[in-house]
Amino acid sequence: MLKTVIGLEIHCELNTKSKMFSGSKNEYEKMPNQNISVIDLAFPGILPLPNIQGVRKAIKLALALNCEVPNEVMFDRKNYYYADLPKGYQLTQMTKPFGKNGYLDIEVSGKQKRITIHQLHLEEDSASMDHFSDYSLINYNRAGVPLVEIVTDPVFNDEKEVIQFLESLRTIIKYCDVSSASSEKGELRVDVNISMMEEDAKELGVRAEIKNINSFNSVKETILYEIKRQTEILESGGKVLQETRRWVDDTKETVSMREKVDAIDYKYYVEPNIPVVSLSEEFINEIKSSIPMLPNERKEKYIKSGVKEKDANTIIRNVDICEFFENVLSLGGDAREASNWITTRLLGYMSANFLTINEVYLTPSMLVSLMNMVSSGKISTQQAKEVFNLILEEKKTPEEIVKERGMEQVSDIDEIKKLVNSVLDEFNEQVLVYKSGKTNILGFIMGQVLKQSGGKVNPSIASKILNEEISKR
Amino acid sequence: MISGKSIDELRSLIDNGSVSSEELFNDALKLANECQSELNPFVTIINNYEHTSGKSILDGIPYALKDNFSTKGILTTGSSNILKDYVPVFDSTVYRKLKESGAVLMGKTVLDELAMGGSGLTGHTGYVKNPWDTTRIPGGSSAGSAVAVSKGIVPFSIGSDTGDSVRKPAALCGVVGFKPTYGRISRFGLFPFASSLDHVGIFARNVKDISYVTDILKGRDEMDMTTLPDEGFLYSSKLDEPIKGKKLFYIKEIVESAVTSTNKEVISKFMDLVNKLRSNGITVEEVSFDKRILEAIFPVYFIISCAEATSNNSNLTGFIFGPRSEGRTPEEVMKNTRTVGFQEMIKRRFVIGSYILERENQEKLFLNAMRARHLIVDKFNDLFLKYDGLLLPAGGIAPKIVPEKEADKLNNEYLILENHLAIGNFGGYPSITLPNGFVSGMPIGVNLTCAAKKDLECLQIASKIEEVTGLKNITSGGEVDA
Repeated sequence: MLKTVIGLEIHCELNTKSKMFSGSKNEYEKMPNQNISVIDLAFPGILPLPNIQGVRKAIKLALALNCEVPNEVMFDRKNYYYADLPKGYQLTQMTKPFGKNGYLDIEVSGKQKRITIHQLHLEEDSASMDHFSDYSLINYNRAGVPLVEIVTDPVFNDEKEVIQFLESLRTIIKYCDVSSASSEKGELRVDVNISMMEEDAKELGVRAEIKNINSFNSVKETILYEIKRQTEILESGGKVLQETRRWVDDTKETVSMREKVDAIDYKYYVEPNIPVVSLSEEFINEIKSSIPMLPNERKEKYIKSGVKEKDANTIIRNVDICEFFENVLSLGGDAREASNWITTRLLGYMSANFLTINEVYLTPSMLVSLMNMVSSGKISTQQAKEVFNLILEEKKTPEEIVKERGMEQVSDIDEIKKLVNSVLDEFNEQVLVYKSGKTNILGFIMGQVLKQSGGKVNPSIASKILNEEISKR
Repeated sequence: MISGKSIDELRSLIDNGSVSSEELFNDALKLANECQSELNPFVTIINNYEHTSGKSILDGIPYALKDNFSTKGILTTGSSNILKDYVPVFDSTVYRKLKESGAVLMGKTVLDELAMGGSGLTGHTGYVKNPWDTTRIPGGSSAGSAVAVSKGIVPFSIGSDTGDSVRKPAALCGVVGFKPTYGRISRFGLFPFASSLDHVGIFARNVKDISYVTDILKGRDEMDMTTLPDEGFLYSSKLDEPIKGKKLFYIKEIVESAVTSTNKEVISKFMDLVNKLRSNGITVEEVSFDKRILEAIFPVYFIISCAEATSNNSNLTGFIFGPRSEGRTPEEVMKNTRTVGFQEMIKRRFVIGSYILERENQEKLFLNAMRARHLIVDKFNDLFLKYDGLLLPAGGIAPKIVPEKEADKLNNEYLILENHLAIGNFGGYPSITLPNGFVSGMPIGVNLTCAAKKDLECLQIASKIEEVTGLKNITSGGEVDA
């Protein structure tokens, strides 16, 4: 029986204002070669100017992923010739990466798994290239954009684990506000290292590296394709080649780019133009304190406060939703009810209207008042749903809506007693039928109570009073 | 009018109206054009006078700049075919500061290709020759800048110094050459050779002029992270403060390494100076050194510089700037551009550098060289706790040009006498070479190296040495008391 072993390398572009080693803008730009400077283009005589925000964000992510952080900042040169690399070397971190030996816990099919992270380092992105039949075009907008590379150990055994890890990682990246992590813009790119081995083998099988996969769905397809491809090779007695491959989305297959991925010697050495700066405990602690509570911890907390696990999973996917939810709780809202409102009604409305939580009219305090109106019997659950929609559509507070539409329920016991007795007087014939033992008719009487109140009477109170009053007759 | 005059002299000529800045510029051009065919110091002689008024002592004074400093709109070749048509789009900090000070650029000077070499013979525009004897080398790599000052064309010029590239040609051409502490002057816009060793350096014909120019150039630059904050005073204003009780040392094994008769003469002139300094109240002691450490200087320098150079010059591919060769793929374009762009000796250094950095060699070659560098620096740092400076002969006299020999290979016979100046680059120490007389009609130099950041002290002691030797404002072809 063959076992699949997968390791990942994830590249994530940081959302700093400027590039990693120059003052050029770091933002997505459609026009090629707009966000460039002499530094990005490596004109003779330029020197790197490290971006402190890039350093902070990389360390923040390293800490969020439970990594060991070094005591000083150091960059290394990775030397290789390629047309998309203006300097002929890439500034990266080899000697002292910002993160080592980290981990992230994920849950797949109800089982916990710890994904260990080998390394996290900060580097600069290369230019992007388009190749045509007899020419190539280079766009330097991306050259020098800060990039974090996260390398996991080879600990995944199937595509489900990989996708769950990537989802959790993306959530953490967003929580920490270090990247918008959009795969459409190439801000998150994944390399998959995959090999097959016998269940009881001691050594890993020969691996293929599939580079630069742009979407999680393609990651999944790539893995499934490679498992099939490598299994077929091995089962027919063949040998898997150690090679770099790429995913072709049109044909849904991987194709070989080059063999022997380890053959390149990058001749790393420490960048001499950036003085080594020590990282003080104070600096690290300051970054630590800027990390918000992370998804796994929040989930646990939510479940303890009564939220259903499924709802907790939904809420923790977005840190802004978490904050909304937690604000509701701190205003006294019930956790289970609030999570129900958010996951069933609010998120649906947001996605249907392409809105973020900060763009909707509903505030945590409005949701709390709405929930209070229901629990105090002021309005019915049915009415509450209507009010909820009206808040969002008419941009009015729940109080305004309830008042405008006269939706307040009658809950005053004396008033209801009066109403019930007048109905009983009016429908004396039906009361006699009830008394003769045909108790089914009570429903009709109750209907009359509701009707005469114009729907405003609290049904459960009214029903209780009706029972009491009719038995007195 | 300009020929051979010091900055102070030119300043007062301009200020009292005897000469205009433009006249000085034209005078410099005339001199430059006169010697260009014989000595070949310039890649570019700038024909149009462009002067931005500054308020400094350098206002209106012409100077020359090594052709590896980026000058916006002015051809900058690094004396290499790979950049033979490169016109930069930005200014180096050195050029910007000089422009702001009012100094007037009159020429870009020849260097050994990409500053790699010590002869002055490997620039893409041909040999630079020693103005004292045109059959001899001027020394390099800042050959043209040394010659321009030695010929009296300009009172000062700018060079760069990675192993001895300012201080050696200064010695061979009979002028003063100074490189301050690493980080004192911004390297932004200087074509890198070996970043951890590269320094900006200055040529002039006296120590005072050196300090005027250093004052303009020094200070923190936000474009170069390795620059030091300014100390807040001018070297030139404190140069003549009396110095007392200074203690210098020289290295016994270097002084004893001379074998040839000319080198023995060089040493005897050096010892004469030592004695004169002693009688002027300066202590000079002999220190004995492990010869293996001294013999390691050149290999360590060569290993580190080749390794860094390989990487630093990887941007020269023809894609974005410089001449571009044809090719069917981007890789081919790059390969063809570099094949025709570099001379053989440069390629040799790149191959060596690449070999040194390879995974299997890095520990043994590169990292060991780095360790040796630290060891040497620690040793000298210790000595600088006890002594104010290291005094040594800068080397022998300028060797003959031997065209059939590989052009940038210097004579390695007297390894430690010729190659010890790299100590100053290893430790980033301020280091200055001054004329110390003549041997066989050729100038020889003496070098003073001080502890890091002791630039003022270095200049002050140098000024005292200059006073003792009396060798000041020498121009080649002028009257010399040899």
